[in-house]
Amino acid sequence: MPVLVYIDQSEGHIKKASFEALSYGSKVAELLGTSAEAIALGSISDSLVDLGKYGTSKIHHVKNESLNQLDSQVFAKVIGDVAKSIGANCIIFSNNVDGKSIAPRLAARLKAGLVTGAIALPDTKNGFVVRKNVFSGKAFANVSITSDTKIIALNPNSFPVTETGGKAEVSETNISVDAPKIKVTATNKVKGEIPLSEAELVISGGRGLKGPENWGMIEELARLLGAATACSRAVADAGWRPHHEHVGQTGLAIAPNMYVAIGISGAIQHLAGVNRSKVIVVINKDPEAPFFKAADYGIVGDAFEVVPKMIAAVKKLKGVA
Amino acid sequence: MKILVCISKTPDTTAKIAFTDNNTKFAEAGVQWIINPYDEWYALVRAIELKEKDAATIIHLVTVGGTDAEPIIRKALALGGDEAVRVNLQPTDSYTTASQIAAVAKGGQYDLVLVGKETIDYNGSSVGGIIAEQMDFPYVALATKFELNGSKATINREIEGGEETCEVNLPVVVSCQKGVAEARIPNMRGIMAARTKPLKVIEPASTDQLTTVVNFELPAPKAGVKLVPADQPEELIRLLHEEARII
Repeated sequence: MPVLVYIDQSEGHIKKASFEALSYGSKVAELLGTSAEAIALGSISDSLVDLGKYGTSKIHHVKNESLNQLDSQVFAKVIGDVAKSIGANCIIFSNNVDGKSIAPRLAARLKAGLVTGAIALPDTKNGFVVRKNVFSGKAFANVSITSDTKIIALNPNSFPVTETGGKAEVSETNISVDAPKIKVTATNKVKGEIPLSEAELVISGGRGLKGPENWGMIEELARLLGAATACSRAVADAGWRPHHEHVGQTGLAIAPNMYVAIGISGAIQHLAGVNRSKVIVVINKDPEAPFFKAADYGIVGDAFEVVPKMIAAVKKLKGVA
Repeated sequence: MKILVCISKTPDTTAKIAFTDNNTKFAEAGVQWIINPYDEWYALVRAIELKEKDAATIIHLVTVGGTDAEPIIRKALALGGDEAVRVNLQPTDSYTTASQIAAVAKGGQYDLVLVGKETIDYNGSSVGGIIAEQMDFPYVALATKFELNGSKATINREIEGGEETCEVNLPVVVSCQKGVAEARIPNMRGIMAARTKPLKVIEPASTDQLTTVVNFELPAPKAGVKLVPADQPEELIRLLHEEARII
């Protein structure tokens, strides 16, 4: 009974979160003494065979045009049918947009216990216990899945991508696909930027930057480091930055390797969206800013003086003139 | 037009997170309880806005919880909504909670079921999807905008790095987040009216529980911030490169 991993794609390209899910799935399979297989839906331009390097032996590809746009009802049925046909009783998703849309439906369909927001491999010594984030990153819960079929949605950036080498066997699967009821009519994607939810490094600005005209240095620092840009709620509400950059309790919750907060005081609602970051760096001229309590590194100083010097130092480090 | 809005009770966003009973229970002492912000600010308020546009709209609220959830559902009624149902069961896992709501929804001929994108305590983000599957309705998760034109909904939803617009015919289940509506506060008239609005308590349908929380843990405390003098940002970059090995 193999582990089945859902491969997430956007416009034919496989998302980074899927490499994590595949790596995680092959480790779960190892723990359960079985193999890891995967399922990909819709037209995909990236190589599926190469995904074998993440420890996946076989990939089931259902290349139906109806699967190029997400309708969770249609997707859940296809994944459920494939899972049943190969006897998979443990299914792995990324806990991102696709995962949040499909995994709960599939859980209901297969009557499978579901843990979303998982951050570690299951403990199989005593049952099947998965660690997940709760209370918006302020605590963890160890959750036991007691049903026969189990579904885990893995938080992005919480499990390392591991390459073990090898090619996957790709099987084009012809199964019936329902007509979607949801029709996508427009896509509005920020071109050329790193999506915040997938970014490893994030440079974020707050009200301390005084106005949208001062974001040039934030963008330059981000560009030099290959980081995404983000902002606080106050900044998004003021219209200085687009809403999709807003991180915090009511915005996006992220867990990058590094989060640099510039001119953000660190209200508890903001921290709830970023406290899972591995390293937090705070630049703020107020030494009493609550963010310093959650930070690993900090500078008490004026962003307008500090950030240009950081940019110069990064340029020197990267050998950029 | 008949809308069902799902309401859950959560600790306030500023509540201290701690656990008791050998880390198996959330420490409730001194905690303020609120309507889960995503349920209130976006799902419920959008339903109220739709009713303001079309007075024939009926809004029902549902919550799964014990008597301790009554003040929360009353507060939701004070914001708006015609009547409410409380399923008398302490929520334990999302499958159980969603199955209870689906059991209520199945008899109700609802055109639209609105949920918040997740609760701020368990962060499951699964109740809406499970309800949709059990009702055999389409499900649009993580909506940032919701418009209704007759029996067709036009919804913007989050995608990685942006959003997309999609169309779907009712009935549909939608999980709501920022953008769907603007938060509002209950007024005195609403609070008075809520006292007399019907709040029906029903006993839970029989369902299986598929997951159980074994225990909770708090993250290890941070070692403390390492401060770099303001005139030496290059030292910060060096530390991030050589010590944290992150850039």
